Amino acid sequence: MTTSEHPLLQLKGVGKRFGGVVALRDVDLSVRAGQVQVLLGENGAGKSTLVKMIAGVHEPDTGSIEIDGRPVRITSTRDAESHGIATIHQELNLVPTLSVAENITLGRTPSRLGLVDRRGMRKLAQEALDRIGLSVDLDRKVGTLGIARQQLVEIAKALSVDARILILDEPTAALTRTEIAQLFTVVNQLRDHGVGMVFISHHLDEIAEIGDTVTVLRDGAFVDEVPASTPEPELIRLMVGRSIEQLFPRRRPDLGEVLLQVKGLSSEGRFDDVSLQVRRGEVVGLAGLVGAGRTELLRAISGADNYDSGTVAVGGRQVPRHDVAAGVALGLGHVPEDRKTQGLVLGASVEDNVGYATLRSHARGPLADLAGQRRRAHQVSEQLRIRLNDVRQPVRSLSGGNQQKVVFGRWTLAGSQVLLLDEPTRGVDVGAKVEIYELINAVTEAGGAVLLASSELPEVLGMSDRILVMAGGRIVGELTADEATQDSVMSLAVKEVESTRVH
Amino acid sequence: MSTETTTPAKPARTSRQRLGQFLSDNGALVGLVVVVVAMFIATPDFLTTTNLLNVGVQAAVVAILAFGMTYVIVAAGIDLSVGSVAALSAVSAGWIVGQGMPGALGLVAGPLVGLLAGLLSGLATAYGKLPSFIATLAMLSVARGLTLVISGGRPQSMPDEISWLGSRVLGVPVPILVTLVMFAITAFVLNRTVFGRSLYAVGGNEEAARLSGLAVKKLTAAVFALSGLYAGIAGMVLAGRLSSAQPQAAVGYELDAIAAVVIGGASLSGGQGRATGTLIGALVLAVIRNGLNLLNVSSFWQQVVIGLVIALAVGIDVLRRKTS
Ligand SMILES: Nc1ncnc2c1ncn2[C@@H]1O[C@H](COP(=O)(O)OP(=O)(O)OP(=O)(O)O)[C@@H](O)[C@H]1O
Ligand SMILES: [Mg+2]
Repeated sequence: MTTSEHPLLQLKGVGKRFGGVVALRDVDLSVRAGQVQVLLGENGAGKSTLVKMIAGVHEPDTGSIEIDGRPVRITSTRDAESHGIATIHQELNLVPTLSVAENITLGRTPSRLGLVDRRGMRKLAQEALDRIGLSVDLDRKVGTLGIARQQLVEIAKALSVDARILILDEPTAALTRTEIAQLFTVVNQLRDHGVGMVFISHHLDEIAEIGDTVTVLRDGAFVDEVPASTPEPELIRLMVGRSIEQLFPRRRPDLGEVLLQVKGLSSEGRFDDVSLQVRRGEVVGLAGLVGAGRTELLRAISGADNYDSGTVAVGGRQVPRHDVAAGVALGLGHVPEDRKTQGLVLGASVEDNVGYATLRSHARGPLADLAGQRRRAHQVSEQLRIRLNDVRQPVRSLSGGNQQKVVFGRWTLAGSQVLLLDEPTRGVDVGAKVEIYELINAVTEAGGAVLLASSELPEVLGMSDRILVMAGGRIVGELTADEATQDSVMSLAVKEVESTRVH
Repeated sequence: MSTETTTPAKPARTSRQRLGQFLSDNGALVGLVVVVVAMFIATPDFLTTTNLLNVGVQAAVVAILAFGMTYVIVAAGIDLSVGSVAALSAVSAGWIVGQGMPGALGLVAGPLVGLLAGLLSGLATAYGKLPSFIATLAMLSVARGLTLVISGGRPQSMPDEISWLGSRVLGVPVPILVTLVMFAITAFVLNRTVFGRSLYAVGGNEEAARLSGLAVKKLTAAVFALSGLYAGIAGMVLAGRLSSAQPQAAVGYELDAIAAVVIGGASLSGGQGRATGTLIGALVLAVIRNGLNLLNVSSFWQQVVIGLVIALAVGIDVLRRKTS
């Protein structure tokens, strides 16, 4: 690649509004060959909107886009592809009913005489998977994979086209360190080949590791461009407009009696003989690699999935298996790992979405308390600082992180005593994370119990009072908050995987 | 997959978006006004009290079926059996009265037969995990078959209690009154009750609804039971109007009912739909049929026109999805 004086990609003064909402105003961005340009900003700051302009999803209302110094109009995904732009979107764009191989090659399926060339397709797909070190059955339907593996398939798909410009919108949100490291290896290779990249993440530690420069957005406006080596506190200050004292503000109340009691829970092929307990006031973290069985375990406890044997009890009362409603009534609240497919009704309003779990409990006879639902929706969106114009707007039109808060808000409203959190801060910005952590504090201070599964190890370490490490569907170790470190957790998680793998 | 992938190009955007917004909020109403004006211009006979009441009566049966269908479609299902179930209900009522039972019992039994048939489809869908398309397609055939078995293929005469549904109260045809009552009930249930609000969640994203603790299976079964009940009531109205239960009555009405719901702005992918829209949709269909009759357009051509109207309505639906 030659380095011309023009940046590979340049956006000048771009703006975008959606109805009455100004998502972006007058933003500049440039990406040079071999540069990783980081976009940083709170939830709803306009990062995804910006990259969607490059990806041909939205057209800017104002301003211009230049590639190699020449003005271009990118009106469709196809246009973007023809300019050598590949995109990993924040919300996955996979067809759940198609196989891994079919998804990776979608849109450029190899064919001979109009027939699908299955060998060619599998070869292409396998190469793409090898590149990021993902081992998964090529014929498996994508919908049956967990969210992390889906994310990796999406990444493999984007990497498998020879792009000059690669956009990565929160690719690491669902991944653990191991997969992130693998992704960064590939990013570094691409950088050496002169590919220009735009990278979005709410994990600040990744910025210095992979980025070159950081463009900060706030409320849709350009704030600053700084080197990626800028210290984290300074980045936070630029991003949220104030400094944040403590990233993990865990306050430990005195522990009460056991609130959540899980005994000998087993489910063939998912997890095996899991026992654990969480006391009133306690946060227990669940750590492990992708596929360790954390999500499956939480789903079984909540009643979302069935299990073969074992018991779950809340406050001494047994929760019937595979019955979410009964669990909710006993005080269980489950934040599932994928908000889009499991957490939200995207087409429904914010007020409806936060109100589903309380629809019946607040009803007068068969009548829904609509006025109350709206009032409570207002309250909870203020409490969680959900950025919106109107509680009646569809959840779909909120930014990713704000959508996540809506799921959380549902259980806040329901007053759940036991929270089962599966990646509760996935895609949530630093400021909002702290708000969610404060909610966790509030729950435990009020005598609630929290079971927290997260791929973000610092979060598990920072917020848990006790950490259970899962591997291959079993609990392989327990660490107190004081003795746990990234290394001690990871060594437990990795060691067991080699021997006993149920998955 | 991504929902925001289709914002149209910049210059046309605001006007097109506004138009789309307007059509999406009032599409069915605009459609109704357009067909009413068109019919009025085409034939002065259209806008007379007698004829308008006629339109109301003609719309009644499809409208009642469509109200039941609205629940199903909001919950992302489909009920193909409603026409057959309506006929089965009417014939069953006739049979019961024919056995020497009182007419009032027939009037109650008919809708209950509908409820039972709907419940069976619902159980097969919710617990048997059959797609609703298949479960109700089966019920379409079963119900029509039973209708013929019970009636022996002959029309059943109706007692006064049921024929009364074809009469007038204070000059207003009873079918119109029944329709208005069913409309009010449907609007109320969908808008104000826990049951109704839950259906929008189930239809919008079944998994999210389930993980929120909504009893998705029970709701699904109930939805089809309700649709069956509405079909039973529609069957009574139809039999009352004709003063007899015809075993071949209401063939193909399920398609008109679905069309009415879709014209009314519901989405076949679930999570959307309103009773008001459905009422307007049913009126649009009835006005077009009535007007074409007044204009002496052959019933063959009427089919063509109705088909085009449905395509147009769904086209508007697609436009709406793009712009919102
Ligand atoms: N299709 C849309 N319709 C209406 N508003 C939208 C739409 N897409 C985005 N917005 C609004 O534009 C703003 C910017 O959203 P965007 O998704 O770009 O945020 P983001 O910076 O990517 O946030 P996150 O970190 O949560 O992903 C938000 O206020 C959002 O609600
Ligand atoms: Mg985003």
